[in-house]
Amino acid sequence: MLTYILRRLAYLVPTLLGITIVTFLIVNLAPGDPVQAIRADEMHARISPDAYQQMLKLYGLDKPVHIRYITWLKRLATFDFGDSFHSHRPVITLILERLPATLALNIASLIIALVISIPLGLHSAVRQNSLFDKVNGTILYMLYSLPDFWVALLLIMLFGVKLKILPIYGMEAIDARDFGFFGYWGDRIRHMILPTVCLTYGSLAYLSRFVRGSTLEVIRQDFVRTARAKGLEEDRVVYSHVFRNTMIPLLTLMGLLLPTLISGSIILEAIFSWPGIGALFYDSVRARDYPTVMGLSFISSLLVLLSTLVADLLYAWADPRVTYD
Amino acid sequence: MDHQTEKDQQRTVAERHADARSGATSEFARTIWRRFRADKFGMAGLVIVAAMFVVSYLTPVIANNKPLIMRWNGKLYFPAVAELLPMRWFVDYPELFTVDFERVKHDPAVALLMPPFPYSPLASSLDDTFQPPSGRHLMGTDDLGRDVFTRMLYGTGISLKVGLLAVAISLVIGLSVGALAGFYGGVVDVVLSRVIEVVMCFPFLFLILAVIVFLPPSIYNIMIVIGITRWTSIARYTRGEFMKIKKQEFTEAARALGATDRKIIFRHILPNSLAPALVTATFGVANAILIEAALSFLGLGIQPPEPSWGEILSVGRRHIEIAWWLATFPGLAIFGTVTAYNLLGEGLRDATDPKLAHTARR
Repeated sequence: MLTYILRRLAYLVPTLLGITIVTFLIVNLAPGDPVQAIRADEMHARISPDAYQQMLKLYGLDKPVHIRYITWLKRLATFDFGDSFHSHRPVITLILERLPATLALNIASLIIALVISIPLGLHSAVRQNSLFDKVNGTILYMLYSLPDFWVALLLIMLFGVKLKILPIYGMEAIDARDFGFFGYWGDRIRHMILPTVCLTYGSLAYLSRFVRGSTLEVIRQDFVRTARAKGLEEDRVVYSHVFRNTMIPLLTLMGLLLPTLISGSIILEAIFSWPGIGALFYDSVRARDYPTVMGLSFISSLLVLLSTLVADLLYAWADPRVTYD
Repeated sequence: MDHQTEKDQQRTVAERHADARSGATSEFARTIWRRFRADKFGMAGLVIVAAMFVVSYLTPVIANNKPLIMRWNGKLYFPAVAELLPMRWFVDYPELFTVDFERVKHDPAVALLMPPFPYSPLASSLDDTFQPPSGRHLMGTDDLGRDVFTRMLYGTGISLKVGLLAVAISLVIGLSVGALAGFYGGVVDVVLSRVIEVVMCFPFLFLILAVIVFLPPSIYNIMIVIGITRWTSIARYTRGEFMKIKKQEFTEAARALGATDRKIIFRHILPNSLAPALVTATFGVANAILIEAALSFLGLGIQPPEPSWGEILSVGRRHIEIAWWLATFPGLAIFGTVTAYNLLGEGLRDATDPKLAHTARR
């Protein structure tokens, strides 16, 4: 097991390097250079050739590409992405400020998706081809192809504009601090409802279909027949014998789900003005704030890399049938 | 030695092998088609997708502010018909360049026959802003008084084009990377697999948006960006197929007969490993259409006034209090198209992979 962990960690190194190369390439593919971008940002302010040369030196742009890559890599190791062109604050501070909001949304969404999809998938599989299974399957299939930004619009139209019962904008009301403890958190939860629903239904549909599929595979195996033959109640068979085995592939899937969730939060955070890293990324893209765009791309791919690592290690830990030496 | 054998001997071994193979391939295609036809969901997807292609082709004669038939200075012209694709390359009416079609379309002496929806996707008409759906405007009008149904029709073509071309790009990249990694193995495989892993690590919208910041937004840049970022699953499937097939006997036989690597890859392995890549590509089209719509919705894709479903939705978002139709119909179209491509993809998957046929379908 220890060798497996070490080997898996060693695999991270080339991938991590690759991520830095891709990020660096994207910056350097840009037509012109970042200094020109700053000039464009400041309303085409005229910069004298002298000042331009100074700035080039400041950003190290007068050096050859590989030297620049190495210096950039050194700064990256300390999470120094430079300052935002837009707010002129360090990119890493901006990201850390915004991360909790995104995590709150994504964790809530993941928990809800799991809590609903596991029983749905199990029941569908146990009653394969029943009416429940068919109706459930059709609804989930449709949910899966519904574009989240459209659902967000429809929900805003229904709950925000027609019924006026849910806030459609931001994370808290302007005067939320005056609501008292319960009022404050109640207000926050109300703000979370619509974005969370939009972020959740897709992964919920995907997970249920997945749980159903892997349950169907497990349920045909001999040990399930044995469990039934020795007279266990059906619930016990399903929830303790079958379920534990379907959990294993689910662990790997969780790692793969994260990139989709993070991508989804860009669109949804932009729509709901949710102050997370997705909205920050969207605003930075629109403002052509290169340091922030690059910093966020790097951090988000790092998050994905780590989550696949955790999923793989959990898989190795949870499945005693596989040896990794 | 009779005539037939002599002729047979003149043909090379490889030629005979190729004949046998192509016979087997068309037999395989027939089997797939037979299985696919039995799947009513897959067929529904195919019919919807085909219908959309027909509609997007015929768009200029369905919705247009130019007449189908018009009389101008005593001569007959067919300006709407002239916009259909093969005509567009040959027919050009320089004498009509100065005609204001928005005005003459109401003149029965000039416009002898108008298309069923006599609107332009671009020309605004400020007297008709925010009309709700009616017999005149099936899906209402937008903030500039343009007919939404007309814009939706023109948007269909854009969606289909982005979907197909983006996937064509990702197919080329994915097949090449997958084939090289799977066929050569060893160092090549290790390096290319890392590349695939790296690209997969970026949440896809982050990668797409990070590239888009640096490019002027245009339909071609959107296609290219989607294409160069969404090829990883095709590459992975192709790699797996190549690894499986290169160990099979007919590949060994081809090698023993002296076939070059290139010939083995293109004539023997590639045709046999195409099925999973094509299935993935079909899902990829759905995905590309969805991404284009999302980008245009966010204002980072197709730029107004160019009509696209995502762009109409974003207008709907700005006017969500007063115009429900703007936020409803484009979403339905995106949903329908994505579902149709997904059904088609699932039908193809079940038809090409008999093992999955009974377990994968709900």
